[in-house]
Order: sequence, then C-alpha cells, then structure tokens
Amino acid sequence: MNLDSKIPEGPLEQKWDSFKSNMKLINPSNKRKYKILIVGTGLAGASAAASLAELGYQVETFCFQDSPRRAHSIAAQGGINAAKNYQNDGDSIWRLFYDTIKGGDFRSREANVYRLAQMSVKIIDHCVALGVPFAREYGGLLDNRSFGGAQVSRTFYCRGQTGQQLLLGAYSTMARQIAQGRIKSHPRTEMLDLVTIDGRARGIIVRDLQTGKIESHVGDAVVLATGGYGPVFFLSTNAVGCNVTATYRAHKRGALFANPCFTQIHPTCIPVTGDYQSKLTLMSESLRNDGRIWVPKNQGDKRSPDQIPEADRDYFLERKYPSFGNLAPRDISSRAAKEACDAGKGVGEGGRGVYLDFSDAIKRLGENVIRERYGNLFDMYHHITNENPYKVPMRIYPAVHYCMGGLWVDYTLMSNISGLFVLGEANFSDHGANRLGASALMQGLADGYFVAPYTITNYLASTKPGGVGTDHADFKRCENDVNENIKKILSIKGKRSPLSIHREMGKVVWNEVGMARTRQSLTKALQQIPAIREEFWKNVSVPGSGAEMNKGLEYALRVSDFLEFAELLAEDALAREESCGAHFREEYQTEDGEAKRNDQDFAFVSAWEYKGMGNKPVLHKEPLTYDNVHLAVRSYK
Amino acid sequence: MKLTLKVWRQNNPSDSGRFVEYQANNVVPDMSFLEMLDVVNGDLMAQGQEPIAFDHDCREGICGSCSLVINGRAHGPTRGTTCQTYMRNFSDGQTLVIEPWRAKAFPVLRDLVCDRSAFDRITQAGGYISSNVGGAPDGNALPIPKVVADKAMDAAECIGCGACVAACKNASAMLFVSAKVSHLGLLPQGQPERTARVRKMVSQMDKEGFGACTNQYECEAACPKEISADFIARMNGDYLWASVTTEE
Repeated sequence: MNLDSKIPEGPLEQKWDSFKSNMKLINPSNKRKYKILIVGTGLAGASAAASLAELGYQVETFCFQDSPRRAHSIAAQGGINAAKNYQNDGDSIWRLFYDTIKGGDFRSREANVYRLAQMSVKIIDHCVALGVPFAREYGGLLDNRSFGGAQVSRTFYCRGQTGQQLLLGAYSTMARQIAQGRIKSHPRTEMLDLVTIDGRARGIIVRDLQTGKIESHVGDAVVLATGGYGPVFFLSTNAVGCNVTATYRAHKRGALFANPCFTQIHPTCIPVTGDYQSKLTLMSESLRNDGRIWVPKNQGDKRSPDQIPEADRDYFLERKYPSFGNLAPRDISSRAAKEACDAGKGVGEGGRGVYLDFSDAIKRLGENVIRERYGNLFDMYHHITNENPYKVPMRIYPAVHYCMGGLWVDYTLMSNISGLFVLGEANFSDHGANRLGASALMQGLADGYFVAPYTITNYLASTKPGGVGTDHADFKRCENDVNENIKKILSIKGKRSPLSIHREMGKVVWNEVGMARTRQSLTKALQQIPAIREEFWKNVSVPGSGAEMNKGLEYALRVSDFLEFAELLAEDALAREESCGAHFREEYQTEDGEAKRNDQDFAFVSAWEYKGMGNKPVLHKEPLTYDNVHLAVRSYK
Repeated sequence: MKLTLKVWRQNNPSDSGRFVEYQANNVVPDMSFLEMLDVVNGDLMAQGQEPIAFDHDCREGICGSCSLVINGRAHGPTRGTTCQTYMRNFSDGQTLVIEPWRAKAFPVLRDLVCDRSAFDRITQAGGYISSNVGGAPDGNALPIPKVVADKAMDAAECIGCGACVAACKNASAMLFVSAKVSHLGLLPQGQPERTARVRKMVSQMDKEGFGACTNQYECEAACPKEISADFIARMNGDYLWASVTTEE
C-alpha cells in the first residue's frame, strides 16, 4: 500500500498557502447540494460543523452525549497555545513549530506541525470574536501562562476551564447554524459502522440511544472527530464515555490506524484510591507553573510533609532537568515520578504518589493570587481527596490522558479511505510520540475551523453530489452486521457485567502496555487480551433489549471494541523497538534512564491494516523526513 | 457502609414510573456517588437485571451530564455536581431517595435520565455571537477590562446541567438563561446582538414551558458552579431595555 501524505511542494512556510492557491473550489450555490456527516462534537467536530455550515454545505452532526456541548473537550483545563508573541519573549511560529516537533520526539510530520503553528494565531482571534472570555491583564489585553516543554509564555486560558469555554464557543456558533437550518444535530446517537461504496466513505450506521433504532445516514463525505481511546486502560482522565468504537469500526472497514502505541501519561493526576474507582482526575499541568514536585529523599519516610525538612526532600525534576525544572514535558515528568515511586519514595497510601507543593508559591505570592490562578482546581482536589491543598501539598501520580495515535490521515486530514476525514485527537498527525500541554485544544480547533473547510471543499469539488441512497446494498449489509452484533451480545446472558470485564482488561493494558513496556510484558498482554475477549463473548451479561434506551448495551458495545483494539495497541508497542516520547521500551534507554530513540530504523509512522479477527494486522510504514529541523537528542537538562 | 436506595425507575417516557428499593453494600467513604451506583448496577447486571439508567460522562464536574435529585436536593447534599458528591457525606445505614430532575420542560426518558434539549433550543434561539470563521480582528484589537472579562467568565462557567430548574419550585430556567445572556452581554463583542439576544432567548424559554422566577434563589443555592442570581436581575434589566427599545 502506498501511503501518500500529499504534502505540497515548496518551502515549509509556503506549503499551506500553496495548497490553498491550488485547491479546487465549489460555487456557493452548488455547495448546498453536498452533505457532510460529522461524528463527534468536541472542539474538532463542533468547529468543523460550524465552519462547513457557514460555507453553505448541509451538515449533520452526531454525538452520544445528550447535547453537543458535553463532549469531553469540555474538561480540558489549562489552556491553548498560540504563537502570538504578545509577551515579547521571543515566540514565533517557527518556535512553536519547533517546540511541538521536539516535544513529539521527532515522530510527527514537519508540514502538518508547521501548519498547526501557523493556524494557532488565527484561533485566538476567532475565539475572542465568538465571545470566549479569555483571561485578561488589567490593561485589557490577553494574559498568558507557561506550559511544559516551552520556555516562552504562549498559553491563553480561561481560569482552569479553557476547554469548556472554547467548546461552548464552538457549540454556540454551531447552535447558530442549527437555528439557520444548515446543521442537523443528532444527540444521543452513536456511530456503529462506516459504509464505504466503491472505495469511498458514503455514510454511517448509527444507533439512536433513546429508542434503540438502527439508522443509516448517507453523505458526500464523512468526518470522524471522535477523540481518543484512553479508556482502553480502563482508568484514565477521559470521560467514562470516551471510546474507540467509531475509529475502530472505520479501521475494520479499511482505514489504517497509525501509531496506536503513542499514548500519553499525564504527570499530574490525583492518585488511585480504590478498586471501585471509575476514572482518574487530572490536575492541570498549569499547576506546575507554581507548584514544586518532590518526594522524601529517604525510602519509606512516613513523616507528614510539613515535618520533612528541605534537606530530606528531593525536588527530582528540578534536580534532573534544571533548565525546564517542574515544567519538563509530560512524558519525562511522568517517568521521573514513576521512577521515584519504584524506588520506594512514593507518598500516600500504596506509595504511588509524589507531592506537588504550593507552599513556596503561597509564601511568595499570597494565597489570594494562587486562588485566582487555580481556585477551581484546588477546590476540585479538596472535594475529591478531602485534603486542603492550600495547607498540605497535593499528592499526584501519572495517569493515561491523551492519545497521540489515531487514524492515519494525509496532509488534507483524509484517511486512506477516500472521503473519510479524521480531525482532532482521533487522527494521529500532529503530536508525534508526545503531545505538549495546551496543544490539543489548538489542534482540535485548527483542524475544524481552519483546515477541514479547505481540504474537504477540495475533495468534494472532484465528486458529484448525491448519487446513492441508504437503500444501497452496502448500507443494508452494514445495518445487518450491526444488528447481528447487537443480537449476539444480548443473547450471551452470562454472569459478568461489562464493567468488570473492562476493568480486568484495563489492568492488563496498564500493567503490561503502560508507562514502561518490555518485549516480555507486551507478549504477555498479547496472550491475556484474547483470553479476556473470549470471556466477554462467553460470559457478559447485558439485560434488556436493543429496542430501547439500554445503557448496559451501549457500554458493552464499546468494551467489545476496546477488547480488539487493545491487541492492536500492544502489537504496535511491540513492533516499535525503540523508546520515543511517551513510548518507553525498557530495553531501549540511555545510561541515565532517558528514552533512546532509533532514527535509523524507526523514523516512520506505523500504519496498521486490519486483516480480520484473529489475524495479525499488517504494518505499513510512512517514512518521516526532516528537511528543516535537525533530529536532535531531546534534552531538557 | 451500607445504604438503602429508593430509586426512581421508569421504562420510557410514557410509563408512569415507581420507586424501587435496592441495598448498596460495600460502600466506601471515598467513593463518588456515581461509583456507588456503578457497583449497584454491576451487581444488577450480573444477576441479569436491567441497570439503573442515569446520565454521566466526565465525572469531574464539568460536562453537566449528571443530574440526580438525592434526598430532595439537586446534586445532593454538598455543593458541586452529583459526580463530585462523595459517599463520606452520608452515614452508614442511611436511606437515600434518588430521583431524576423533575420539570415539565425536562421529560423523563428512562429511570433517572431526562431530556434537557430545551436548553439547546434556547441557545439556538440567540445564545451566540454571529461571527463567521475568517473575519476576526486580532485578539488584542479590542481591550476588555479585567473586571468585565472576569464577570463574563463568572457567568460563562455555567455547565448547563439544569440543577437550577430542578431546584426551583416553578421549574424556572432563569439562572441558566441569564448566565448565557450575561456572559455575552457583558463583552464588547456581544453588544451588536445584545437586545435581540435577550428577547429571543427569553421567548424560547417561555415556549419550552419553564416557569417564572419568584425570587426564591433556590437555583443559586443548588448551582454546582455557584452562578450568582444577580445575573437574573441583570437579564431582567436587559430584557426591559430590549422591550422598550425594539419593535415587534
């Protein structure tokens, strides 16, 4: 298979302009003849829906939540990067591009990342125009904060709820298009299959979660903006509804899945407390601006943190990475925390935690300033742990947070299936092996507001609108597959809840395919996962029928896809015999325990092709070439 | 901890519904309320019984999906959403009555799940700034005083959960609508559509069957994001101004 990334010719800075100058256009009166189906209404989906509808296309959106406004982008806390250089601290589009490429440990495409950095400036302008209440200085200008992996302040924010405000902005502008009849919104509707006709994506099969009805929708292009697959680890910072179903079902219909093993573990989350736990809560990385991370120097030091003198504390990030200190990138900070806990220096029950301490910042700035900056995060922490972080240091531990991997797309964000576009976290394209903080919101909105409207127009211009209906044999065949699958799950009537099986699988994936991986652990996972899958198909219990609202069935369907996808994830981690970014193979590390990349053999995108249940997927490689940056060893020391 | 749950069960919108009693054993104080329900549901499913349906997603208090009335209080006894309510706030042996939001404009779909799409329609009526992609000036072109931006943010924090409606004896949506109206109406970008916006959103709110506000402030007390009822007064001012300055 030839993976053509379709990167335009010419110098890096001119590639996107060159694409726009050469793209095909559609006359305004013809645009309304095309229908675009968008699955997922987070930042990428909602912004794409709004901007495509503004151009005049007919748009239909689908989300499993009861309102588009509840997609999980809403939970992003810290901020959104943009190369505005409002702080006069030396930022530029080039620097944001370089930080992102380097942060991703040189496993992303130069052209995509450069375009992302270019778009970043326009995102802020547009969001301000939509009424997003970004934090301001007293003079009325926009305020910035710093984030990991950068030495400039380029992060725009709305208290600790930046994702919420950006999503409400996108949702409101989408609502305006709904009112004008240009978008039809289908909430409580979940995509269960992709329909391709003659090699083109032409529609989707969905389940109406309120009535249970299986329905077909036909369009001229299909957009997946369905986010990441974090809950494959069971516990993650994702919403409990986040799932891989849409992208995985598209994968089963031929879309290549790229770099599934690039999964980010976020360093600052509230530690696990018990077996019943359903999710982990992130404490924004922005806290590392003012919080200092430390553990006791001595193993098993059980004194309360205020009783441990400075001399007995190890501020391990400041010690190991003096130039970035507590703002070292996420993958590096997470591994350092794990290392400290593995060495028996962890704090809290079970010893899987490190301190994030604000006492110096409170002394320096006063409690009020800290409250203004992080008040809602401190409240949240207090609420969950019953400990007051103004008085005692927070306890944090890494948790699964973001998926850099996703469906393979070319420069136009189209997958290898013609007419299937993939935006935001659901694609693989911009963050390489590790994403920097405050870059997910940037990517979601860049894809939706500024990239997809151009690239989808260019695609549609070479197709004729309409032409097939949902009565086409391929729609009927897919509908039938979906119905049969549901029937099968309902007929098992076993003894175990989908939750218990999901939790069992998650434990395997976290332990064997988590923060540190080895050939041995991955081989073990590849033996255990099929056994759990078998258990699911023999012993899951999903009461009720498919023809009604059935939360158990919704969940079981998602778990069944995770049970297949987990194997692909482990397979990819096994094939990538190097350490890079968030993918850490213990066999490949430097003497001081840093990731050891192998550019000679692994400077490529892994794109996996589905070959049927129980068969090994086939690996295709898209070589990564770097014409503008030098592949350096990533150092934050 | 052991608890007795009296849970509202209703198969579909036309079913009349009833309370069903369940025992929740092995409850741990650090569990969230929804994790406690997960355990109950896991047991029910393993026994081949249908789980209790409830809406939930982010489980960190921001998506606004969860929506339970616990012992008569929207989102339970503590400030914050149901998903951020922890079992340490209840005592061993307690009986908990768990209901969905009760409001004419929020019909129950199943068990504890209700239909809040009325809020979406109110937003569609005018809860936006009409600005297409492509035409925006530089973000710093329009300075906004910090106090104004902060106040707009106070209003914008609303998560649209509907607790304000559930807590109000009139099932009024004034707190929700006023939060959106104020967020956009405070900002300079929101001025061109300010009067049209408040008129259209209030009119849609009335159409959806929400009740009137009689200044009891139950909404403010129940709001997990502590949205101030002052925004209602602000919206009333805007609405009055809109009705005397616009025709139609």
